[in-house]
Amino acid sequence: MTMTEQVLAGHAGRKTVVPGDNIWVDVDILMTHDVCGPGTIGIFRKQFGPNAKVWDPEKVVIIPDHYIFTNDQHAHRNIDVLRAFVKEQGLPYYYDVGTDKYKGVCHIALPEEGHTRPGEVLFGTDSHTCTAGAFGEFATGIGNTDAALIMGIGKLWVKVPETMRFEFEGPLPPYLMAKDLILHIIGDIGVDGATYRAMEFAGDGVMSLSIEERMTLCNMVIEAGGKNGMIPVDAVTEQFVKSKTGKPYEPVQDNPGARFHSVRRYKSAAIEPTVAKPHSPDNRATARECHGIKLDRAYIGSCTGGKLNDFVAAATILKGRQVKTDTYIVPATTEVARGVATTKLNGETLLETFQRAGAKIAQGASCAACLGGPSDTFGRLNKSEVCISTTNRNFPGRMGSKTAQVYLASPYTVAASAITGTITDPREFL
Amino acid sequence: MQDSIRGKAYVIGDNIDTDQIIPAKHLVYSLSDPEERKLYGKYAFSGVPDAAAGLPHGNVKFAPENDYRSPYQIVVGGKNFGCGSSREHAAEALQIAGVQAVVAESYARIFYRNVVDGAFCMPFESTQRLITEVKTGDELEIDIPAGTLKNLSSGKTYRLRPLGDVLDIIKAGGVFAYARQAGLLKT
Ligand code: SF4
Repeated sequence: MTMTEQVLAGHAGRKTVVPGDNIWVDVDILMTHDVCGPGTIGIFRKQFGPNAKVWDPEKVVIIPDHYIFTNDQHAHRNIDVLRAFVKEQGLPYYYDVGTDKYKGVCHIALPEEGHTRPGEVLFGTDSHTCTAGAFGEFATGIGNTDAALIMGIGKLWVKVPETMRFEFEGPLPPYLMAKDLILHIIGDIGVDGATYRAMEFAGDGVMSLSIEERMTLCNMVIEAGGKNGMIPVDAVTEQFVKSKTGKPYEPVQDNPGARFHSVRRYKSAAIEPTVAKPHSPDNRATARECHGIKLDRAYIGSCTGGKLNDFVAAATILKGRQVKTDTYIVPATTEVARGVATTKLNGETLLETFQRAGAKIAQGASCAACLGGPSDTFGRLNKSEVCISTTNRNFPGRMGSKTAQVYLASPYTVAASAITGTITDPREFL
Repeated sequence: MQDSIRGKAYVIGDNIDTDQIIPAKHLVYSLSDPEERKLYGKYAFSGVPDAAAGLPHGNVKFAPENDYRSPYQIVVGGKNFGCGSSREHAAEALQIAGVQAVVAESYARIFYRNVVDGAFCMPFESTQRLITEVKTGDELEIDIPAGTLKNLSSGKTYRLRPLGDVLDIIKAGGVFAYARQAGLLKT
């Protein structure tokens, strides 16, 4: 069995499963946030009764992150609904706005707080829940109705997916990031190329990546239509997870006898710095091919490209240079923001580097303009701007106005492009 | 489950993601409040670029000004319908607007699952590309047992794919009813 099949079989109390089986699985963690939490809670109350209790308070994690720094009163009301529910249910894992516990983007907050563990099953009311496949677990996004059912019974039906395997041979050259690899893959298979399937990443190229870079790979499987991402567990995974949680877990192993839908092999060094042009993540080109396209904005943030390693990468290029285009820096979480303020590159903190370069830095960690959000959201594209971004989606209107154009790229490429004001291959600065 | 669905077509293209079905800035409205939830119907498909809204000509509003009910009950889409975010608001917005069925070439899985598990409308897959066959405003009739879609405006009939695995959930009336049938819910 593939790793995905092993995890699902184990959680369905079965020895084996095959792709296509419909099974009920036990859920280890259910995550929800401010956009989908209130709807989920509404359905939970309607279906299980006004006095119903969640199946296991230890397993429900609530992370407000989407619409935080806005004056939109409806958005604030959503947070109030979460707060009241957490109190009523006595939920220990709630990261409330305006408190020391506040985190920011849920997919980055989950591992930071020890909620992602190898071999487990994680569902979240957010499509990028697949990010946690980087920890060797089954993780996928669901809607409010499914989440409400899990809240009540701790189970959900799943159709066992076929697995597509992607192997990268050789470590990444210094100008490439995981974002380039995943944009390359999506360009190959298309935005529906992995629909209903698991995407498994392996090979020494993948295993040489840091945990944050592995998260970037799994984060964007949904942009290929994938159900979940999966990366084998190794010492890098175990070391990270053990540093965050003392809870026990049982990893599954990459099994040489597993059957795959398909296996694709790439040589890491053959990949170029890659961008996805408007208006689709599979509209692939190399940064060189886009050379000279004029930009109004550069954006570095989100669950894809707003982790500490992403800012280290951006700062490597921005150090000692000035941006020519409006550049927005949005740390995904408060922990990342602390890292940006304290991590030093040649004697200067990342924050100082960004400030000296003339970038605008978000006052708080959140999803911000990754999904547009209310009109007063930091970095939102309110006109027909052309933007290069480390985020994950560039469908029309994703970052605000439906007349804006968004290019997706790695933090290296975005930083290099910010300096010249046009799309630029990062090798020019590395 | 009813046997047939009849209504006017609203035709849109490929890769219609959930941000186009219901733009993110509208996700702040309450789905539980009977009045406020109507706003989801009002803004359904408001994220589709004007030229692509209501093919073949575009520039067709899905819901009229000042109304949350759309005159179109059957949405005809291309490939990968409902891709993008997992927001169930997208599936529910269609139901609130009065959509009874979507007929697309293929679906993104979270949207498809949301439609089925929440019993918001019927998701059919076409066996051929219909967005070049059907025009916005055409009168359509879906015969569910026969698995066909008839375009009453042109007189042509098209085959739909069988609903397959999810038929049991659709017949039960959503995932809660399905879980009750499986004995997983006491309430
Ligand atoms: S950062 Fe963007 S993609 Fe990630 S959870 Fe937030 S809105 Fe979604």
